[in-house]
Amino acid sequence: MGNYLLRRLIVALPSLLGISLILFVLLALAPGDPFGELASNPNVPPEVREALRIKFGMNDPVLVRYVRWLVAMFQGDWGFSFASRVNVDTLILQRIPTTLYVVGTAQILALAVALPVGVLAARRPYSIFDQIANTFAFIGFSLPTFFTGLLLILIFSVNLGWLPFVYRADLQATGWQWWWESIKQAIMPITVLGLYQAASYTRYVRSAVLDVIKLDYVTTARSKGLDERKVIVKHVVRNALIPVVTLVALQMPTVFGGAIVTEQIFRIPGIGSLLISAILANDTPVIMAVTFVFACLVVLFNLIADILYGWLDPRISFR
Amino acid sequence: MNEQDLRHEIAAVKDGRLSRRDFVQRMLALGLTAPLAGMMLAHSGVAMAAQDFPYKPTKAGGGGPLKLLFWQAPTLLNPHFAIGAKDQESARAFYEPLAGWDADGNLVPVLAAEIPSVANGTIAADGTWVIWKLKPGVKWHDGQPFTADDVIFNWQFATNPETSAVTIADYKDIKTIDRIDDHTVRLVFAQPTPLWFTAFVGGRGAIIPKHLFGDYIGAKSREAPNNLKPVGTGAYLFVDFKPGDMLTGKINPNYHVPNRPYFDTLEIKGGGDAVSAARAVLQTGEYDYAWNLQVEDEILVKLEAGGTGFAEIVATGNLEFIMLNATDPNVEVDGERASLKTKHPLFSDPAVREAINLLIDRASIQKFIYGRGGIATSNCVNNPERYRSKNTTFEFNIEKANQILENAGWKKGASGLREKDGKQLKFVFQTSTNGPRQKNQAIIKQACQKAGIEIELKSVVGSVFFSSDVANPDTYSHFYCDMEMLMMTMSSPEPQSFLSQYVSWEAATKANKWQGRNVSRWQNKEYDDLYNELLRELDPVKRAALYIKLNDLVCAGRHVLPELNRPRVSGVRKGLQTHSSGWDNDLWQLPNWYRES
Repeated sequence: MGNYLLRRLIVALPSLLGISLILFVLLALAPGDPFGELASNPNVPPEVREALRIKFGMNDPVLVRYVRWLVAMFQGDWGFSFASRVNVDTLILQRIPTTLYVVGTAQILALAVALPVGVLAARRPYSIFDQIANTFAFIGFSLPTFFTGLLLILIFSVNLGWLPFVYRADLQATGWQWWWESIKQAIMPITVLGLYQAASYTRYVRSAVLDVIKLDYVTTARSKGLDERKVIVKHVVRNALIPVVTLVALQMPTVFGGAIVTEQIFRIPGIGSLLISAILANDTPVIMAVTFVFACLVVLFNLIADILYGWLDPRISFR
Repeated sequence: MNEQDLRHEIAAVKDGRLSRRDFVQRMLALGLTAPLAGMMLAHSGVAMAAQDFPYKPTKAGGGGPLKLLFWQAPTLLNPHFAIGAKDQESARAFYEPLAGWDADGNLVPVLAAEIPSVANGTIAADGTWVIWKLKPGVKWHDGQPFTADDVIFNWQFATNPETSAVTIADYKDIKTIDRIDDHTVRLVFAQPTPLWFTAFVGGRGAIIPKHLFGDYIGAKSREAPNNLKPVGTGAYLFVDFKPGDMLTGKINPNYHVPNRPYFDTLEIKGGGDAVSAARAVLQTGEYDYAWNLQVEDEILVKLEAGGTGFAEIVATGNLEFIMLNATDPNVEVDGERASLKTKHPLFSDPAVREAINLLIDRASIQKFIYGRGGIATSNCVNNPERYRSKNTTFEFNIEKANQILENAGWKKGASGLREKDGKQLKFVFQTSTNGPRQKNQAIIKQACQKAGIEIELKSVVGSVFFSSDVANPDTYSHFYCDMEMLMMTMSSPEPQSFLSQYVSWEAATKANKWQGRNVSRWQNKEYDDLYNELLRELDPVKRAALYIKLNDLVCAGRHVLPELNRPRVSGVRKGLQTHSSGWDNDLWQLPNWYRES
């Protein structure tokens, strides 16, 4: 096991380096620069833009900049945003709680919906319940979040006026009022993200359970006269959920990475909106940090998923 | 009425023999506009009409929260480093300049006790210096007094090239600043400077405190902690700032104007998109004000039906225009396309340029695409009204265009395209990728087709088109094609720097890394001479005449075809009073904002 872990970590290192190099070069080759807006302003002389580029070391060759970034990164210095001159780690830490709250809750909601619905649907395949669940699952993952988001805004904010559609990270209220408002403003984004995720989870859970429920040991358990609940919960779901656990583990990076589209629609100040605004402003250090952290998380959770797999199913051995 | 008569009349007002109103009315009868008349009086030492903004609240505070929505989020709060308007606006909530510009392009004192004038002896008759008297008793948010030293410091801070301040150009004409006393400074210019109000005025002239930024002059400028924590003189105190997300402030109990501000807290929320920002103000009323609504008018009208707010349209000098390349983009001379040594093979014929000008259906473009957000025009300088030329007109006339081309010898060939000497009328027309602009291009292409001109449309992503990338041939300033369309902003009510984009020496070339502002590369000796005259002219009446002449010359050249004058649009919740001006920040009158119940 320890040997396996070590091997995996050693393999992860070059792939992370490769990812960071590709990211950096791509960003360097992409058109536009963070001070582009100054170019179309007649009051700003071009020398100012040039001085800023030199000050932020943007005129050096790409590889020199990459090595400088890499060395700093290893020393824990993530650089600073060109736009605000705030350290990138501060910016990310400012936004992590919001993303964790919204995207994390959405994942929990997704599981809370998908597990029972998927299991029930699989228990009686092609029943009316299964048909309805399937239809909704298909609709759910066919509708993009930017559509359902706008739809919810139209219904609940514009027409009914029940919910706000501008998310605020620092609410003025205190006590119960604060709790109530932070729940109220998160309802729509969490629903949008949660139901979208639930739709695909439902399909996975259903097919996983369906695979197991037909096996002989389940029939044996039933013929022993075991309670149906016990059969499902203890014998079927336990085995069926192994692939689902992997899937959920692989989804974890997005909990940290945020949801770009949904965060943009509801103005949630999370990691996703940080990334998109950094991309629009050509703020390279921020883009690099967010995407690189995301890459690390993907590698890490892949590893965790593999280890979990072996732990849940002892037949799989690590070699 | 000649110049001498005018001066006689002005003297009459000054002596009290003629009332101010009578004077303005006489000028109106002569075809001059009221603001121009006012400006003439002001320059001659007759005070401007008092700049009073109606303000009903009788005490400061009590207005609750003021919630502003910026779909582009502010990232930095130092007016000297503001990369875009979003940063400048947000900084203006805390920092103030000596004076601001009202909607008619008149100066209004903010941190100054009064506006300098020749009559008060605070402007040199030869334009070499100006004296600003500062308002006494103004305090920074941390209690320190605001003095002449702060004013002098801002000049030193911005002009130090190591600081890399975006405001450097505003202060470059100042040779030195004399400190006369604690609350009086004299700006001495290197040369006679008619535009003495470029420095310390408007959003770009906001003043930062010496005692907090003094150690951060030069190379360390970007490291000042107060770049993100403003300590200004404004009506709101800084509370918290999360770059790219939220900026909050609270009422300044010691604000230097009595009974202001009305609101208890200030909140600027950033992010999202313009349409939903409009929705939050016009339709749901979740927010009080939405800044810079770059939204198609059709959508705005629909949202306004929501009834909680309205779109506020503020006149500006911003110009959407089409350029016809004066040089040949398809020939390379000394490694440079569109070199000044070449002439455009087709546009060098004035008949072709005239025909294209007649084929732009400006009225329909306004009616069907821009609505209130774009007013059809035939002028480069549209505002302030006193500088708008009455000598130009526009017309959409396919028949006439055909006739002109026919007479000039451009005959229709077998393909329906007009040609002469084996050259066909075929053009490439580029602009940035942007819904309204592509529709606009299509309308022009259609009309040109009917006149036997083929236009190939090209759209370039905004981040490339407006970038300063020397290596990228698709930027607007390379202008490596025949026609292009874009918008130029005019940030000062004095069009002098705006008009510099048509002088010969500003032509964008390889030598200046395409950073020259004259992108069409139209060159005209008469224009250059008049412009040089303008730089030295101190008399506002003559300056106005020069502006109009310069405008008429560019327009007659037909290499620059004005299309639309683009006002600024913001969303305002019903009852909120904002006193917006197109010549200053949208938040320039923030201390005077209040809500009518």
